[in-house]
Amino acid sequence: MHEMSLAIGVVEVIESEARKQGFARVERIVLEVGALACVDASALEFGFEAAGKGTKAEGAVLEILTPPGAAYCFACQKSVPISRKGDPCPDCGGYQLVVTGGEELKIKSLEVC
Amino acid sequence: MCTVCGCGDGETRIEGAAHDHAHHAHEHGHSHGHSHAHDHDHGHSHDHDHHHGHSHGADGSLDFGAGAAGVHVSGQSQTRLIEIEQNILAKNDEIAARNRARLEAAGIIAINLMSSPGSGKTTLLVETIQALKDRLPIAVIEGDQQTSSDAARIRETGVPALQINTGKGCHLDAGMVSVALDHMPLPEGGILFIENVGNLVCPAGFDLGEARRVVLASVTEGEDKPLKYPEMFATADAMVISKTDLLPHLTFDVEALVANARKVRPRLDILRTSSTSPDGLGTWVRWLEGLAGQLRHAAE
Repeated sequence: MHEMSLAIGVVEVIESEARKQGFARVERIVLEVGALACVDASALEFGFEAAGKGTKAEGAVLEILTPPGAAYCFACQKSVPISRKGDPCPDCGGYQLVVTGGEELKIKSLEVC
Repeated sequence: MCTVCGCGDGETRIEGAAHDHAHHAHEHGHSHGHSHAHDHDHGHSHDHDHHHGHSHGADGSLDFGAGAAGVHVSGQSQTRLIEIEQNILAKNDEIAARNRARLEAAGIIAINLMSSPGSGKTTLLVETIQALKDRLPIAVIEGDQQTSSDAARIRETGVPALQINTGKGCHLDAGMVSVALDHMPLPEGGILFIENVGNLVCPAGFDLGEARRVVLASVTEGEDKPLKYPEMFATADAMVISKTDLLPHLTFDVEALVANARKVRPRLDILRTSSTSPDGLGTWVRWLEGLAGQLRHAAE
């Protein structure tokens, strides 16, 4: 359940931004959670709801963008899409892959008032 | 609640003392004050790396379009959009970077040892310490939800060990390790083993500032562990296959385990061990010594 840690991290960032930028409330939060990021979006949403209570993030809409998984295949010498770590290259079937996308774990933006 | 690990207040304990102090001193001092004099309605992208959690505080104020990340949302005069582009794990990563710098400066190789519960991490450590303690300074940080029995086992070998109890936490984080480093003698020029909480999921996501990540897989587990828990194996530098002395009694396919692990991590060092056989730790001990030699050489 490290999603709870992540949710608390998101709330902490919001509180810190609120102090710096002087806003009262967050209406919408856009997160980027890559398809390979090993994070369960619904657990993160659940955690966020709990962690946000009594903070400037309470009641905010959580929008989660999911950049797709991508890897570089050394055999094919090109980027290929993958849906899970441990999957083979969809073209050559090999496993000489280095993940290049889909591991994002980021707060993109806040809509505040 | 702790902002990094999600533990409850005072729940993380370092050797019996409730830990509600420095673990929470995770403030990250950045707020690099560059301002962007650009139009407010373009797609604002930054080419610098935000991995360490740079957020755009600018000067603390934000006018529509003028501030660090001000983008006016048309039709919503009371609402504004702030682009943050901040890594959710930025705080952890920042503390981890500090830990790493501190350890490297002291010539210490930190090994983050991870596995499921019962794979033999502590036994491996006890035997490894016996094999190496006359040649290298060694210390151990032990992570468990409860009890300090593992640290006590390590201390019986004569090397310093500090127990971190995470309470409800499922993993160690960089903040816990940072506090631990303040509370123990550091093995300068040697090896610091950090035995993570037995868990093949969450510890994978948290950088502690280690030099190498090592995952244990015992032969009494399934050959498909790397495929079931790819994140753990994908971030590891080496896989220790433990309890190999039991192989004659099992129908366990070591080659299948290795092949599965290399599917998620093609360049993974594979080290077969047995903590109960003579020289059962040979490859692992040589791997550690090689690492010590490499890092020493790099430092010179």
